[in-house]
Amino acid sequence: MSPVHGTPEDAPPRAIAVAGLGIERGGRTIIADLNFVVPRGEAMLLTGPNGAGKSSLLLALGGFIRPLAGRIDYVGRDAETRPFADVHFIGHRPAIKPRLTARENLQFMAALLGGPVGDVAAALVTVGLSHAADLDAGYLSAGQTRRLALARLLVAPRPFWLLDEPTAALDDEGAGLVARLIDAHLADGGVVIAATHHDLGLAANPESLALVALE
Amino acid sequence: MSGFVALIGRDLRLAWRSGSDALTLVLFFVMVGVIVPFAVGPDPVLLKTLAPGIVWIAAFLAMLLGLDRLFRDDFDDGTLMAMQHAEAPLALLIAAKVIAHWLLSALPLLIASPVLAMLLAMDVSTFLRTVLSLLLGTPALTALGTIGGAVTVSLRRGGLIAPVLILPLAVPVLIFGVSAIAPAMSVNSATTALLLLGALSLFLLVLAPFAAALALTVSED
Repeated sequence: MSPVHGTPEDAPPRAIAVAGLGIERGGRTIIADLNFVVPRGEAMLLTGPNGAGKSSLLLALGGFIRPLAGRIDYVGRDAETRPFADVHFIGHRPAIKPRLTARENLQFMAALLGGPVGDVAAALVTVGLSHAADLDAGYLSAGQTRRLALARLLVAPRPFWLLDEPTAALDDEGAGLVARLIDAHLADGGVVIAATHHDLGLAANPESLALVALE
Repeated sequence: MSGFVALIGRDLRLAWRSGSDALTLVLFFVMVGVIVPFAVGPDPVLLKTLAPGIVWIAAFLAMLLGLDRLFRDDFDDGTLMAMQHAEAPLALLIAAKVIAHWLLSALPLLIASPVLAMLLAMDVSTFLRTVLSLLLGTPALTALGTIGGAVTVSLRRGGLIAPVLILPLAVPVLIFGVSAIAPAMSVNSATTALLLLGALSLFLLVLAPFAAALALTVSED
């Protein structure tokens, strides 16, 4: 999982920068005038009660919903590629197909996302699914499905990660896996924004942004 | 480009493993042909006159039925979001979906059409023209279905709305499709109809991926 590194000295600038962001869903303003910058090698955790707009913010960052106001910049993105071709978005819907095996799912996702394809077998070992690689993904448990979704981060290396509740449905070991993945990514110079209700247990204390439910 | 190929491969593999979906459409298609002689009487002359229209109605309805599965699953499980973050443009990936959908919904109908021809007492030359007109016309139906499916994918009952939405747009396909095989038509006008049908298909095939991509990018909003 390496494409994003470079020593700190010669590393190009990289950050997710948000300025004056306003998001509206269903006619209701849920985020207003939000500003932050998450630079290279750092993570930001989005916290806050249900309905505070964590998922909506991630959807907006991922380009799925159009913000009402403000701008979102991916600093240092490869201008040659399509917008969001270096952004990973892993949300509640895992994009895993039943009737395909875990391995086929991952191979398809790697090919679909494009770019340099990482080692599918190694990724399955890392997320702890090597024993289920040839099992129909429809038979995977919720936690295993989540692990398979996370394996996408390994087979299609991209610098910017947007993770919505990455530890949802995972056991303690799985939560540790998420922390290891994020730590390794940050050490590689990646940028991570994750919505979570739990302390992810990252090596460095990440910045955290507490969203509040607007009236 | 790898995403394009992978998407076609995946859709074919999924359809092969679930099996019944494509078969349902074929059965529907053939069933219409089985029922019509009972409804209008077994008069071979009458059936021969009606045959082109019946084949096209059967194909038309079968394709409308299959339309909902084009984007529904990918939308529900989040694959569409991944498609929007792919390195390949969304329109290209949708073109892959269109090809896969044609292979899975129109090609089986073409393969099953000899059965229908037999049931409707078609002669060989009419049958060949039927296959040709289906071959040229079904891509247009698939393309229109792609737009309809993309526009309605975020609606809960979109499966019913999409066919209604594209019905008026698909009527020209039906008209030219039937004129291309109708025995009453002269050879010249049948050829014209075939050419127009092909033109319609080419035009819609180019337009549909872009229109559908636009519809899908706003579908989360």
